[in-house]
Amino acid sequence: MAFFRMEGVSKRFGGVHALRGADLQVEPGRIHAILGENGAGKSTLIKIMAGVIQPDEGRMIMDGRDVRFASPAAANDAGIVCIFQELSLMPDLTVADNIVISHPPKRFGLIDRRAQRRIAEEALARAGGEDIHPLTPVRDLPLSRRQIVEIAKALSRNPRILILDEATSALTAADVTKVYEVLKRLRREGLALLYISHRMQEIDELADDCTVFRNGRNVATYAAGTKSDNEVVELMIGREYTHVFPPKPSEVPNAGAPLLEARGVSWTHRLKNVSLDVRRGEIVGLGGLDGQGQRELLLALFGVLRGVSGEVLIEGRPVPRMSPSRAKNPGIGMALIPEDRKTEGLMLPMSVRDNLSFAALDRLSRFGVIDDAAESAAIDRMIRLLAIRTDGTAVPVGALSGGNQQKVLIAKWLMVSPRIILLNDPTRGIDVGTKQEFYHLLRELAREGAAIVFYSTDYAELIGCCDRVLVLYDGAVKRVLAGPEITEHALVGSALNIATETRDVGARPMVGM
Amino acid sequence: MRDWGYRIREQRGTLLAFLVFVVMFAIYVVNHPAGFTANVVTTAANKGVLLALVAMAQTVVVLTSGIDLSVGMVFVLTNCLASALVVGSPAATALGVAAVLFTGLLCGVLNGLIVIYGRLQPIVATIATGAIFYGLALVLRPVPGGDVNSDLADALTSQLPGGVPASLVVLLVVVLALWLPFRRSEIGRGVYAVGSSELAAYMSGVPVGRAKFAAYCLSGLLAAMGGLFLTFLTYSGEASAANGNTYTLYSIAAVVLGGVSLFGGSGSAIGAIFGALAFRTIGDLLFVFDLDPLWQPLFQGIILLAAVCLGSFRLFRIRNRLELFG
Repeated sequence: MAFFRMEGVSKRFGGVHALRGADLQVEPGRIHAILGENGAGKSTLIKIMAGVIQPDEGRMIMDGRDVRFASPAAANDAGIVCIFQELSLMPDLTVADNIVISHPPKRFGLIDRRAQRRIAEEALARAGGEDIHPLTPVRDLPLSRRQIVEIAKALSRNPRILILDEATSALTAADVTKVYEVLKRLRREGLALLYISHRMQEIDELADDCTVFRNGRNVATYAAGTKSDNEVVELMIGREYTHVFPPKPSEVPNAGAPLLEARGVSWTHRLKNVSLDVRRGEIVGLGGLDGQGQRELLLALFGVLRGVSGEVLIEGRPVPRMSPSRAKNPGIGMALIPEDRKTEGLMLPMSVRDNLSFAALDRLSRFGVIDDAAESAAIDRMIRLLAIRTDGTAVPVGALSGGNQQKVLIAKWLMVSPRIILLNDPTRGIDVGTKQEFYHLLRELAREGAAIVFYSTDYAELIGCCDRVLVLYDGAVKRVLAGPEITEHALVGSALNIATETRDVGARPMVGM
Repeated sequence: MRDWGYRIREQRGTLLAFLVFVVMFAIYVVNHPAGFTANVVTTAANKGVLLALVAMAQTVVVLTSGIDLSVGMVFVLTNCLASALVVGSPAATALGVAAVLFTGLLCGVLNGLIVIYGRLQPIVATIATGAIFYGLALVLRPVPGGDVNSDLADALTSQLPGGVPASLVVLLVVVLALWLPFRRSEIGRGVYAVGSSELAAYMSGVPVGRAKFAAYCLSGLLAAMGGLFLTFLTYSGEASAANGNTYTLYSIAAVVLGGVSLFGGSGSAIGAIFGALAFRTIGDLLFVFDLDPLWQPLFQGIILLAAVCLGSFRLFRIRNRLELFG
C-alpha cells in the first residue's frame, strides 16, 4: 500500500483545467519519475503536494489519513519537501542561513550559530557540496552551486518525500554525477523521491517507476525501462514522434565573409583570447561544462560587459560602443535570448502583447507614437509563427506555462528581425514538444540567412542542431568541432579538457569548475 | 577566504558608516573651541541618539524591503503623549513610560496590519497612518507644552561618572536588549529572508506575514523610544509636523548612510545608528566652522548625496552590466 497517494485531484485556473482527476501513488525507497509535456499538469500536481496551491477536488492520503496542506510550511512539517525549478534561496542570506531557514537551531530562544553551521556543513556534505563555505552569501555563488545548496536545504529538513522539479537543469556534469549518488543513497535510506526532468537519460539512470501526464491526467504508469524512449515521448505528446532535430544542410550554404566575428576577446579572468566567426545560415554551438565562459562570451558580444579587450566585427567592420540598445540597430541586428527568462527576459506581470513589442517599439512607432495596427499585425504573426499557446495577448506573461513563456521571449527578439541571434541555454526546463518546434525554428531562421550562436548545456542539442561547436574550457576555446566530428564523445572529452583519445573518460576525476 | 573574512564582508556597510562617523566627529571635536570635553560629547550624543533611535525604527522596516514614512509621526505622537503621562511619582512615571512605549507598539501594529493584511503598499499606508498619528498628536497638544519627570529626564540626558553620556548607554542598552536578540531570533532571520526574496522566503516555509508584522511592531516601539527621549531632552511635547517629516526623511538618510540596502535583506541597525550620528555631525560641523545655520540643509543634502555616491562606487567596478540591476 502506497504511503502517500492522490486520488482524483483536479485544479482549474480560470477556465483552464490544469489537472483533471489525476491519481498518483508514491512508495518509499523508490524514485518515481513524472513525465509530461509542458502544461501537462506536472507543476500543478507538485505544487498541490507541496502546499503551494490548493486542489479544487480530490484527496491526498498519507499514512492512511486524509491530508491537506495550507502552506509549504505545513507540507514540510508532514515530510514533503520540494526543490522547485525556480530557486527558493534568499540571495542576501548566507548559505548556512538559507539551509536552516525553516527550522533554525535555537539556544535560549535565539539562533545557535554554531549548531547552524554544523547542520549546514552536514547538509552540504550529504548533498555533495562539501566545498561550499557556509558563510558565503548565496548571491556570490554560481547557479549550479546554488542548486546544490537548494538540495542541501531540502535534506536538512529530513523529508519523507523529496520532490525534485528539474533539479539538475542548472548543474554541471560533475555536479550531476554527485547528485545521482546522493539520490540513490536517499532511496536506499527509504525516502520516496519524485523526480521531474526533461532529460531522458537522467530518467533512465535514476527512475524505478514512471508516470506520464498529458492534459492534466496521468495517462500511464510503468516500471522504468519497460518502454522505449520513442514510446514514452509518444505517450507524452500524444502524436507520432519522428525526428527531433531537423536535418542539417549538407554544407554551409553561404561560404561568404562571416557576419559576426570575434577576434581575441578577453574579459577579466573569465574569457581568454576567444575568437569565433559565424556566417549567414550557420548555427555555431558553444559547448563545454557549465560556467566555462560561454555566458560571458555571449554577453561580451552583446555589449553587456565592460572592459572587454579584443574586437567584435559585424560584416567585417568593428562596432564601437556596443550595447544592448545599439544591438537592435539595423546595421547590427543582433539579439540575445537570455538564460533567465524570469528576470532578464520577460516582465512577468505585463501582458504578452507588451512583452512581445518591447524590443521592437521603435520599429512599430511613427514619430514616437506606437502604431497599434502595425503592432497587432506583428504580434499575430509571431504568435502564429511560434505557435504560442495563450488566451489572447492581454494576459500577463507570468500566467503562461514555462515553454510558452520561453516562446514569447524568443518571439520578442524575432520581432526586430535580427540577423545575428545569440542564444543562452534557451531550452532549459521546457518540454520535448516545444523543444522540437524550437529546433525547427532555429534551422528555419538559419536558412533565411541568420547567423546563430547557440549555447546549450545539453550535448544532444549541440550534436543535433549545430554546424560547428566551439568547446570552451576555463574561458578559452579548447576545441572546434565541425560536422560529423560533433559527437558526444568528442564533446565530453574536450569539455573536460582531456584528449579525446583517452577512452576512460568516466574513470577520470572530473575537472573542477 | 577565512571565516572572519566572510564576517567582515557581511558588515562592510556598518564598518564604513562607523569610519565616516569617526572621521567627521574627529574633525568636529578638533575644531570645537572647547575641544574633546564631556559636555561637547554629551550634547552631540543626545541629539544623535534621537535620530539613531528613529533610524533603527526605519531600518527594521527597510530590511523587509518596505519603508515606514510614519516613523517621524510616531516619534512626534509619543513625544506629546510622554509630555502628559511621564510625570509624577516614580511609579506613575514608570507606568507613563510603559504607556508611551505601548502606544508606539500599537502604531506599529496598525501599520503592520494595514500593510500585511490590507495588502497596501507600505509607502502609501504609512503616509496615511502618519497623518493619523499626527492628527492624534495635535489633539493631545494643540499648543506646545506639558512636562516630564525631570529626575528621570536629567538622569538619561546627562553624564555618568567618568563623563560618559547617559544617552549613549541608553542606546547601547536598546541595541543589546532589542536589536541583537532580534537579529539572532528566528523572526529576525525571517525579516532578512523576506527582504531578500519574499517569494523564496514563502517557499521556504518562512512565516512571511509574521516576520513583516514583527518588523513594523518593532519599528513603532523604537520610534516611541525616540519620542520618549525627545521629551526628556525638551521637557515638553510639541505636535510639530515639520519635526515629524524631518525625522522621517533623516531616518531614511541615516539608513542609507548606514549601509542598509533600500531593496531590503541586507544591512544592520547598528550601521544605521552610525549613519544617524554621522548625519547629525554635519550640522555640528557647520557650527564649528562658523557657517550660517541656513546652510545646513544644503550641506546635509550634498553630504548625503556624496555618501550615496560613495556607496555606489562598486558600480564602477562592475564589469558585467547585468549586475547593475541585481
